[in-house]
Amino acid sequence: MLSRIRAFFAQRGVLEVETPLLSHASGTDPQLAFFTSNYDTPPTTQTLFLQTSPEFAMKRLLASGSGSIYQICKAFRNGEAGRFHNPEFTILEWYRVGLDLTHLMDEIEALFNDLFEGQLGTPQRIAYSTIFAQHTGLDALTFSHQAYCAFAKRENLHDAITLCGESHALWLDFLFSFCVQPHLGKNALCLVYDYPACQSSLARLNADNPLLTERVEVFINGVELGNGFYELTHAEEQNARFDAEIETRKSENLPPVTKDTRLLAALETGLPDCAGMAIGLDRVLMILAKSAMISDVLSFDVTRA
Amino acid sequence: MAVYSTNEFRSGLKIMLDNDPCAIIENEFVKPGKGQAFNRVKIRNLKTARVIERTFKSGDTLEGADVVDMEMQYLYNDGEYRHFMMQDTFEQYQADAKIVGDAALWLKDQDMCTVTLWNDAPLAVTPANFVELDIVETDPGVRGDTSGGGGKPAKLSTGAVVRVPLFVQQGETIKVDTRTAEYISRVKE
Repeated sequence: MLSRIRAFFAQRGVLEVETPLLSHASGTDPQLAFFTSNYDTPPTTQTLFLQTSPEFAMKRLLASGSGSIYQICKAFRNGEAGRFHNPEFTILEWYRVGLDLTHLMDEIEALFNDLFEGQLGTPQRIAYSTIFAQHTGLDALTFSHQAYCAFAKRENLHDAITLCGESHALWLDFLFSFCVQPHLGKNALCLVYDYPACQSSLARLNADNPLLTERVEVFINGVELGNGFYELTHAEEQNARFDAEIETRKSENLPPVTKDTRLLAALETGLPDCAGMAIGLDRVLMILAKSAMISDVLSFDVTRA
Repeated sequence: MAVYSTNEFRSGLKIMLDNDPCAIIENEFVKPGKGQAFNRVKIRNLKTARVIERTFKSGDTLEGADVVDMEMQYLYNDGEYRHFMMQDTFEQYQADAKIVGDAALWLKDQDMCTVTLWNDAPLAVTPANFVELDIVETDPGVRGDTSGGGGKPAKLSTGAVVRVPLFVQQGETIKVDTRTAEYISRVKE
């Protein structure tokens, strides 16, 4: 699998890079918990973070003019363990300068076609709101508490009502995870794009429709394999999103983070227009090997590491 | 009692849910890469034996339930209660028909069984996987039959009815799998 990925990108002239796993700052996403480590340089000790993805470092390379790059590396997310999660996992992340989301989707399909040697069915591309409506009958872009609650009651998902309350983003996470995602990509690649703006993370908002964001997710057999953006290049907007997420972390009593000012500085000097994609390679291997558990494709999972 | 977070939910863990003692059967961690983490949990209500599915936000907590399984000897039935005894402490517990449930079909005096205690009171009774019981009533087998065929019903000393091969006779002792209510073999005295 790894040699095929390397051949795929070599052929397309994308440069392989390496960036630090340990960083002075970390992502601010309230949904991602990180590992910290102490860097001892007597008389002081500095806290370093293990990356939750190589995104920030790679964007700094892009801003300094690297051109299209890719990386295969480890990423770390604290507290995530389960059938499809291990706190230490392998990411393939790549950035294509000058490509938009549609062309990125072409490239994802080509890569998976190589990896699976044409054994997958015809890939499907579908907008988030379309697939959401197909499985729930609800409008994903405009939140109606009443309609969402009525659906949850009808589907015997009473927990959703207490867990999600008035939060549109939480409702979408819940309903998409339990009612939509399991049906995506039966032995085929399914690309879901045009995510609702409240699920934008580091993606650009759609220029024509402020309710949409330029984000794509990849699924096979109901398993989420990766996530891609038409990248946000605007430093001020990025800074505002960092601050908003730092506030959320504070209000939810999550561990404090250090804002990556080096990334912001890089964005200020100018990140070229680019599209970026991250794929969880352990899960791809699970599907290639038809494994039911991520531990089946790891040498030693976290309980045995 | 201890408090358990969703990360600690393991199959077999006993917790309190809606004021009833429950056992975790299965716990699946569900998390979108950029979204809220949930735990979808299959739970058995130990009072009603019903299995339900609930979803929690990861990190939510539930109180543990003081539920333990104890090996006990079944003593006797006084008409209203059945009595059980701990073999080492000789401590005795009584349970009514509602708690004993279908286990009554397999309980013979002096046999060992599992009594589930909640706050030191019986909550459920599970018979041993295999029990040996006497046949009190069954039709005589037709001469020449050895095994196979459809079998015939046989009533056991506890009141349970199981299908046995035609050659098995009234008055004999047989071994039964209590989980499936199936005949296993004859027992030589």
